[in-house]
Amino acid sequence: MIEVQQITKRYAHHTAIDRVSFSVAKGEVLAFLGPNGAGKTTTMRILSCFMPATEGKAVVAGFDCADQPLEVKRRIGYLPETPPVYLELTVTEYLQFVGRLRGLSGKMLTSSMQREIERLGLGTIQHRLIGNLSRGYRQRVGLAQALLHDPQVLILDEPTVGLDPKQIIEIRELIKNLAGSHSVILSTHILPEATAVCQRVVIISGGRIVAEDTPEQLAARLRQSEKISLTLKSPAPDTDRLLKSVQGVQNVFTSGAPGTFLLECELGRDAREEVARLAVTSGWGLLELKAISMTLEDVFLHLTRTEEGLAQGAVAATAEPADQPA
Amino acid sequence: MTPVQAIIAKELRSYFVSPVVYVVGSMFLLIVGLLAYLYVVFAGAQAIQLMQMRGSAQINLNDLVFRNLFSSMRFILLIILPILTMRLFAEERKLRTFEFLLTSPIGINEIVAGKFMSVLLVFLGLLGLTGFLPLVLALFSDFNWYPVLTGYLGLILLGALFLSVGVLASALTENQIVAAFVSFGLLLVLWLLADVGSLLGDTAIGQAISYLSFIEHYDHLVRGMVDTKDLTYFVSGLALMLFLSHRVVDSTRWK
Repeated sequence: MIEVQQITKRYAHHTAIDRVSFSVAKGEVLAFLGPNGAGKTTTMRILSCFMPATEGKAVVAGFDCADQPLEVKRRIGYLPETPPVYLELTVTEYLQFVGRLRGLSGKMLTSSMQREIERLGLGTIQHRLIGNLSRGYRQRVGLAQALLHDPQVLILDEPTVGLDPKQIIEIRELIKNLAGSHSVILSTHILPEATAVCQRVVIISGGRIVAEDTPEQLAARLRQSEKISLTLKSPAPDTDRLLKSVQGVQNVFTSGAPGTFLLECELGRDAREEVARLAVTSGWGLLELKAISMTLEDVFLHLTRTEEGLAQGAVAATAEPADQPA
Repeated sequence: MTPVQAIIAKELRSYFVSPVVYVVGSMFLLIVGLLAYLYVVFAGAQAIQLMQMRGSAQINLNDLVFRNLFSSMRFILLIILPILTMRLFAEERKLRTFEFLLTSPIGINEIVAGKFMSVLLVFLGLLGLTGFLPLVLALFSDFNWYPVLTGYLGLILLGALFLSVGVLASALTENQIVAAFVSFGLLLVLWLLADVGSLLGDTAIGQAISYLSFIEHYDHLVRGMVDTKDLTYFVSGLALMLFLSHRVVDSTRWK
């Protein structure tokens, strides 16, 4: 449904995206994951035919974005970063306008509007001016707009921004239900969203794709190291060195509070037993020892931060302790 | 409903829910009414003077009222029309609905046409309301209708040209105030080109520059002269402005 080959977008002074390629199959939901400024919005703007790519080819719903933009535009629903709503119109007036621009009319238009108003829970506010609605409602009106003509392809730029937790869950459910009959590409910088909704995740950073896989495999593939968090009551000056000499330990970081150490170990090697023994025999006063597993969040940070040349310590420091005390 | 009609309907709706049209419209009608009143009183005073001097008075309302009124209208339109057009594209860009519009399955020419036609309709509505002036005058006096009607034709063409300049200015920026000032500026330059031209005298360059100004072309229509040369000027100027707007809107996608 979406086929992107080596697209590059260069502005006067910087390259927003650099030879990005990926594809979305029919009925698939793909998450485009990346920190702010990674090139997510630029990619979506190219796919929606808002702006042309400098190089490369983007084919959406069987039509080339550069050659037949109108055919592409007929088949997509696009929700930009900011919900594109007219503040001086009511919700129904707005949807009516949107429908007419897309060639809906008469009964078809009324029934489509009714469907989206119901689907997005806009019934109680349908006659209010959009300018008087909250951010969350505007976002939902924006989504209704994208879905109105029941397009084959949906391009959603951060669809859950500005919604409250309950609405976020509803919208994710909605997107999941769209899978199968629609191809969806959504961008987000929130990881759980990608894991909750999507079959595949593309991680983009600094305009390049750094990883592409299912959420589970991404997490697995990138678990290159196991981490151990260690808290000691009275560490000695040479604790660092001694810890490092334990077999399997690759790196030792002292982070945060005094007496807290973070050990990076070889993959598949549990050094906890050795470390515990060392701590006890050396009389450091072992307070806590636990393994830390890398969540997708860490993988994301890892991938996107190392791209920017930051130290791995930054990744380790933000890693969340898993519930498996030694 | 075609996409162009949908855009016209939406724009008209937007115009009439905002106070701008009401404020601009009432100021326009107030000023036009006031000027008409002054010119009529002035004409009346002249008539009384003539009566006293010669015993009879035959004054020409076409010259004393309508020609004055039509030439004042140039300036009034120059002030108010940019205020009507300034929001057309600038607001879309500011509120990020521009992206939505350009990813809708319609051409940019349809967007430009829809927006231009909507503001043209608003202008024609306002102009229509000034029609009561000649109608009321016709009840109490005699004048030649022909130059009044060609004058109105001139006003419609002049207004359409001003609006197309405003559309272009609005497409250039996302700031409505800037858009209004850019169209004021462009229109003033078009106005002053007439003076530049007459300064250069009867040379080819002087005539060419004068031709670019709307002053002479509009003046012909106000005097009751309908010449295809003048009509061509307005229509081609308008088409050029709308074409440039199309290019500008298209080019914003690349940035």
